[in-house]
Amino acid sequence: MKARMLITIFAVGLVFFAGYAALFIAPDERTMHEIQRIFYFHLGCWTAMFTSLVIAFVANVGWLVKRKPHWDWLGVSSIEVGVVCCTAGLITGMLWGKPAWGIWWTWDARLTTCFILWLLYVSYLLLRGLIEEPARRATLSAVFGIFAFLDAPLVYASNRLWRTQHPAPVLFGGPNSGLDPTMVKVLMISMAAMVVVTGIVLLDRYRLERLRHELDELRVACEARVVQSGSVPSRAFRS
Amino acid sequence: MTTARVAAILLAKELRLEFRTRELLNATIVFALVVVVLFSFSFDPTSAESRRLGPGLLWIAFLFSGSLMLHPSFAREQANQTLDALRMAPISSFAVLLGKMLANFLFLSAAEVVLVPVFAVLYNVSLTAVLGRLTLVIVLGTLGLSITGTVFSAIAAHARMRELLLPLLLLPILAPLLIAAVEATASLLAVEPTLERAWLAFLAGFDIVFLTASWVLSDFLLEE
Repeated sequence: MKARMLITIFAVGLVFFAGYAALFIAPDERTMHEIQRIFYFHLGCWTAMFTSLVIAFVANVGWLVKRKPHWDWLGVSSIEVGVVCCTAGLITGMLWGKPAWGIWWTWDARLTTCFILWLLYVSYLLLRGLIEEPARRATLSAVFGIFAFLDAPLVYASNRLWRTQHPAPVLFGGPNSGLDPTMVKVLMISMAAMVVVTGIVLLDRYRLERLRHELDELRVACEARVVQSGSVPSRAFRS
Repeated sequence: MTTARVAAILLAKELRLEFRTRELLNATIVFALVVVVLFSFSFDPTSAESRRLGPGLLWIAFLFSGSLMLHPSFAREQANQTLDALRMAPISSFAVLLGKMLANFLFLSAAEVVLVPVFAVLYNVSLTAVLGRLTLVIVLGTLGLSITGTVFSAIAAHARMRELLLPLLLLPILAPLLIAAVEATASLLAVEPTLERAWLAFLAGFDIVFLTASWVLSDFLLEE
């Protein structure tokens, strides 16, 4: 408990520092000025998303190989958190795109890939909601998760190939092309902050999933007991 | 029995089942035709526009009809509880999957054989000069569609609202396949037809990646 408190305090401090650094320490960007400062938060979201999706892939494989329920809990938790990060990344990207490019959206390889990833992992969550039996739900959603993960590089490659054949509507200079050293430092801090925050949320979500599982088991045990003793089960046990 | 032999037996079973009723094939072909006709109402394309929009239309029709047609592949087995029989049989799960993939590939191809000439006539696009190369693109694309579609049909069969769920799972995964197939078809329908090697390689790569994945994961898909 004490460790969790410390980690949370550390994360809050880190986020505040990252916010301060992004707004006041990082140098002004030459063409976009203040607008560009969303970049630190935006890239942080993507780093956090990729981290959670890699964890999800490992968890999906882990469940199929080891069949321990904690792999399943980790899988669903990290994909849920990953979808949230992906949503935040897409929205911050749009907010940045409107003033910087003049449009909210363009079918650039990176943008398209992220959007399709979002769709894929949202359908993973939908799939989980539609299968009743826990073990089967875990197995089938793990298989789907692995397929989705394999699809991600293909989506990116196909969009890359596609866009090199057509002129892209907006130029997308790589974010690493000639970045100021102070900017790099601020970027590292904000990426670390986002990853730490995401990690804490993920752990909480994982605990929630574990508690849910324990509650289900207790409920089953209660029902069994009640049936054994022959009395009529009260409503409290059944709801 | 070898995997190939089991797959062949299951393929024969699927074909026999389908040709007794032909309900799946008929419904798919009519559905695809409806898509093609509705498209002409909603865009009213000229001949030049047909060249530009046609490939997309063709593949959207294939993908939509595929995502509907693939659903009974496992749902039918489940309704009759024959899936349990397949599970208990001393055969590899991949053989079951492979037999169904091949059957679905043949059904989809049969629908496409009807759809492509109709498309060419209705939209005034000449395909005779590029028929061989177009067939190659369509075969590779349809393979990818049937491989992933069969796997997802097995997943969706255990869920509620499975008719709705299958297209929802399948279509985003197929996004790269759609891009590659549409681009390859578009370059074939252009005034000076060409075929990019890169797209063919990409389609073949897609097929190989997902066939391998379904081979590795087949036991989990069919377990009780």
